[in-house]
Amino acid sequence: MANAGSNWVKERLAALQAFSKLSFDAFASLFSKPRYWRETLEQMDSIGVGSLTIVTLTGLFTGMVLTVQSSATLDAFGARPYVGRMVSLSMLRELGPVLTALMVSGRVGAGMAAELGSMVVTQQIDALRSLGTDPIRKLVAPRMIAGVIMVPVLTVLSNAVGMVGGYLVARFTLRLATSLYWHSALDAMKLPDLFMGLVKPLVFGYIIVAVGCYQGLTTTGGTRGVGESTTQSVVVASVLILVTDYFLNVLILKFVYP
Amino acid sequence: MPTRAISFRNVFYAYPGNEDYTLNDVSFDVALGSTAVIIGGSGSGKSTILKLVLGLIKPESGIIEVGGVDISRLRESALMPVRAGIGMVFQEGALFDSLSVAENVGFRLREHDKLDDEEFEKSVRRMLGFVELGEFYDRAPSDLSGGQRRRVSVARAMAHSPGLILYDEPTTGLDPITGSTICDLIVKLRDLEGVTSVLVTHQLRDAFQVVQSFVMRKNGEFIYNRIEDVELLVGSDFIVLNEGRIVFSGLQRELFRSDEPYIRKFLDGQKPVSVNRD
Repeated sequence: MANAGSNWVKERLAALQAFSKLSFDAFASLFSKPRYWRETLEQMDSIGVGSLTIVTLTGLFTGMVLTVQSSATLDAFGARPYVGRMVSLSMLRELGPVLTALMVSGRVGAGMAAELGSMVVTQQIDALRSLGTDPIRKLVAPRMIAGVIMVPVLTVLSNAVGMVGGYLVARFTLRLATSLYWHSALDAMKLPDLFMGLVKPLVFGYIIVAVGCYQGLTTTGGTRGVGESTTQSVVVASVLILVTDYFLNVLILKFVYP
Repeated sequence: MPTRAISFRNVFYAYPGNEDYTLNDVSFDVALGSTAVIIGGSGSGKSTILKLVLGLIKPESGIIEVGGVDISRLRESALMPVRAGIGMVFQEGALFDSLSVAENVGFRLREHDKLDDEEFEKSVRRMLGFVELGEFYDRAPSDLSGGQRRRVSVARAMAHSPGLILYDEPTTGLDPITGSTICDLIVKLRDLEGVTSVLVTHQLRDAFQVVQSFVMRKNGEFIYNRIEDVELLVGSDFIVLNEGRIVFSGLQRELFRSDEPYIRKFLDGQKPVSVNRD
């Protein structure tokens, strides 16, 4: 029993070491040639443009439901005009980054794990190495760059659409004046909020890609293994996103907010 | 100038998480310009040898030299120049699904040699002509049959004119006629391009075809001949693996004379049995 426990710990530590090495190697490869700009642009298109619909819909309905839910509470204090503030800060600080990251993880992270996993089991990764090309440089680094750029872009879009969704409900259901909503919403946003709203998706973008690529490249056990890697990439990335979100909140609130 | 294309000295290898050695004290040489045929049952360690030659995995102990360079402990970046002299044909072809046939064949030319479009097309068309698949230039790998995929894989392996080509079960899963076409390609590369070949297979018929055939070019035509008398065959070594150990190494005629039970079973086409070495 103790032996099984110690093996489990050893395996987890080895996985953590391999994960860190993959991240480090991908990062280090950015500082030397060859660099794969075409692949990077393709990944930016795949992650960014490909996720537009899902992220827009998520942002829109999150903003709308936030307005519906919070208006009842705010009405109890006669604070309905502050609903814009409620929506903008919630979207910017928390819901925009986290929900966007979770949606992108389900779509993009799983896709990366499946694609790279299939390449492993069909020996395409071995073929790449035998042809003198470093798979980390060609496959992981472009995805990493695309992830840390496009997830923040998608989050900004999700935040904006969420605020518009909130506005639509505030204007047409709650009968709130347009200027009142937008004045409250925009006035509430301060520099630290914008900082938090951009740092979080940057970190989440890295997590989604690093976990997806790691799970894909460590696939074993044929096509069944590809399925397991895909599932595992979504589970691990989602949990890591939520855990990291908590610690980022603590750190940013402590060091950035006055 | 090294005379050996490959040299293994007391090589041990075990896959991660596996206590048994996949390769157990393996030593052999492959001379420049020759053909080595590695045969053995499934799981005997044949493909592992090819992965070690390419440096895709590292031995636990022992020395592996490729073209006179000890690659046993080389880092990935230092292995790249060694791999430039090697071509590899993988079991199922391992073509890149996201690229066309031409991009697959010219992958290395595009990545490393930075050929312009005109030179690239000329080189790729020459390779595809060699494997007689010129009309498939723009097609996707998913449009090809199993045999065509292997032939494209051969074209990709030879595109950068390597001195050594490794074939990992190139005819497995193919019908005898298509398998024979692949064997002819191996012979053609060896005899017309002077390539050192290592053929891993468990299909003796194909191994014998490669070793016993030779090809000449006459008036633009390829003329294949076969030497039926195995006593005349030199320059092609057979290595037989059983459970990670070499149980035979020598010429085809010596293979036929061997009374090793595992080899006898193998030659008689029966299910291989483990040899009790005690």
